[in-house]
Amino acid sequence: MEKKLPTIEIIEKYCKGCHICVEFCPTKVLEMKGFVVAVKNLEACIKCMQCELRCPDFAIKVTP
Amino acid sequence: MAFDYDKYIRPGKLPHIWCPGCGHGIVMKGLIRAMDSLNLKKEETAIVSGIGCASRLPGYLDCCTLHTAHGRAAAFATGVKMAKPEMNVILVGGDGDGTAIGGNHFIHACRRNINMTYIIMNNYIYGMTGGQFSPCTPTGAKASTTPYGNPDPGFDIAKLAIGAGASFVARGTAYHAAQIDKLIAEAIQHKGFSVVEILDDCPTTYGRRNKYRSVVEMMNRLKEVAVPVKAAEKMTAEQLEGKILTGVLHKVEKPEYCEEYAKVLQRAQAAK
Repeated sequence: MEKKLPTIEIIEKYCKGCHICVEFCPTKVLEMKGFVVAVKNLEACIKCMQCELRCPDFAIKVTP
Repeated sequence: MAFDYDKYIRPGKLPHIWCPGCGHGIVMKGLIRAMDSLNLKKEETAIVSGIGCASRLPGYLDCCTLHTAHGRAAAFATGVKMAKPEMNVILVGGDGDGTAIGGNHFIHACRRNINMTYIIMNNYIYGMTGGQFSPCTPTGAKASTTPYGNPDPGFDIAKLAIGAGASFVARGTAYHAAQIDKLIAEAIQHKGFSVVEILDDCPTTYGRRNKYRSVVEMMNRLKEVAVPVKAAEKMTAEQLEGKILTGVLHKVEKPEYCEEYAKVLQRAQAAK
């Protein structure tokens, strides 16, 4: 059965590039692209919501 | 499901002014989740603040908000609560605003035990004005006004609040983001003056002067120093050296000020 992938919405105009989500993601789904975060490897996402919980800038929304 | 923070945020106010990696945003999210879990109505909730980085928070929330004079959040909030005891009054502010400029208001609000919740975001420094040392700056830490290290010992806000008579005192950190909303929700539900100290990070004015290379390093420091109260019971004094207790530190039932004042009014009217 194919795994249902979550959607990770990044609001780029809110992101200030603090690296919190990139570092605290347990499966390294996110990366920095310039000064803004971007999704690198969506397949690895385990929907733990840590990035959404920790983002100080309201810039990430994860929909499992 | 992604949490819908937008329903408590004033439209068009984001992005906020806080620096990259500042924990105030994490605390604001915790406060929104706490208000949502208790189903607090926006029109029955007053968020009061003084001056400072943390005190910008009410500007982003779509509730009844009050941005007052430096350190005077507790004084204005007491007025709001006395005039409208049915309101949920939540104070927010930083460590300098709460314990230096507003130190007197803070201890007397604790002593009165009026039914309000004070969320103090302790980032160890005055961030907005350029990184001057605050009463919470640890001994030896560098600030723009203590370039050779701070000689003063820092305040322990939680112990100060317990000593001054607050009936609920809790402490969390910006790293332990999932715990913040639970502590704030319990504090709001508590009848009496409740203080929630959230240890925070200020990468811009504190971190870069004190050899924290990144926001993540500051967050990891919070992770290392925090010890939950229950875990601390099994630890020795040596193991607890340099650690900071988190969780609900103090909870007692005490007479609440608004109710006591209503009794005074009744006595005065009966004496006529």
